[in-house]
Amino acid sequence: MTLREIQAYLGAEVLCGEGQLDREVHEAFACDLISEMLASAGSHMLLITSLTNAHVIHTAEVIDALGVIFVGGRRPAEDVIEIVKKNSSIPILTTKCQMFDCCGLLFARGVQADRKDSL
Amino acid sequence: MAVDTFQFTPKINLEFAIREKDFFVAGESASRVKKTLQQLGMQQEIIKRVAVIIYEAAMNVAIHASHGMLRVFISPEAITIETDDAGGGIPDVDLAMKEGYSTATHEIREMGFGAGMGLPNIRQCADELKIDSKVGVGTLLQATVYFTNR
Repeated sequence: MTLREIQAYLGAEVLCGEGQLDREVHEAFACDLISEMLASAGSHMLLITSLTNAHVIHTAEVIDALGVIFVGGRRPAEDVIEIVKKNSSIPILTTKCQMFDCCGLLFARGVQADRKDSL
Repeated sequence: MAVDTFQFTPKINLEFAIREKDFFVAGESASRVKKTLQQLGMQQEIIKRVAVIIYEAAMNVAIHASHGMLRVFISPEAITIETDDAGGGIPDVDLAMKEGYSTATHEIREMGFGAGMGLPNIRQCADELKIDSKVGVGTLLQATVYFTNR
């Protein structure tokens, strides 16, 4: 699925990175612990989280995530979005779906669990 | 005329100051070093390991120390990440290395850290890890990632 298809499917809002929505997503990693993202996520996955601070954005960059989707209708503070717009092209979306629903819906559409194989 | 036998070995050092509770310097320095290493054309897997070490090590300084320095030494053979801090030190390094052990506050946990994974993550990503800590003085951490296979 592309990020654009995911956006439509989950009724998500794009907060930034509009130009990168054609990225193809095959895998996702859902987590609310930064250290767990750093330790266990692979690369080129969609990061699903309810954490909305700037650490999530830096972590998404460090782990080469294709994009970030915030669940439960959460959205980062404006200054966090500004940081992303200034430093990165990573697409950031927010959906009203809760974590479980978001994961289940994407899984049903063929998005697989991200498996770390690079470390 | 004497033959010049001097062999040029490029060394690049990067340095970041970390103040107490300056949590965002960790992610910023990890992102910046990552970009530098990408420009140098390094392997993705190496870059990721280095960035994870920087993130966790710098975060530890911001959380637990009063101030410190993050230094990254890049040589043709390896990258060494060093954090050198002044602070409370680690009373029991073996215990701190245990996954799940943490002394972080609720504030830190709310940010998504403090799960007791920092030092285990660093150990997992590094080929060599040295921790020298004195209670009441501070901690010197040195983690090295070699370019050759582990």
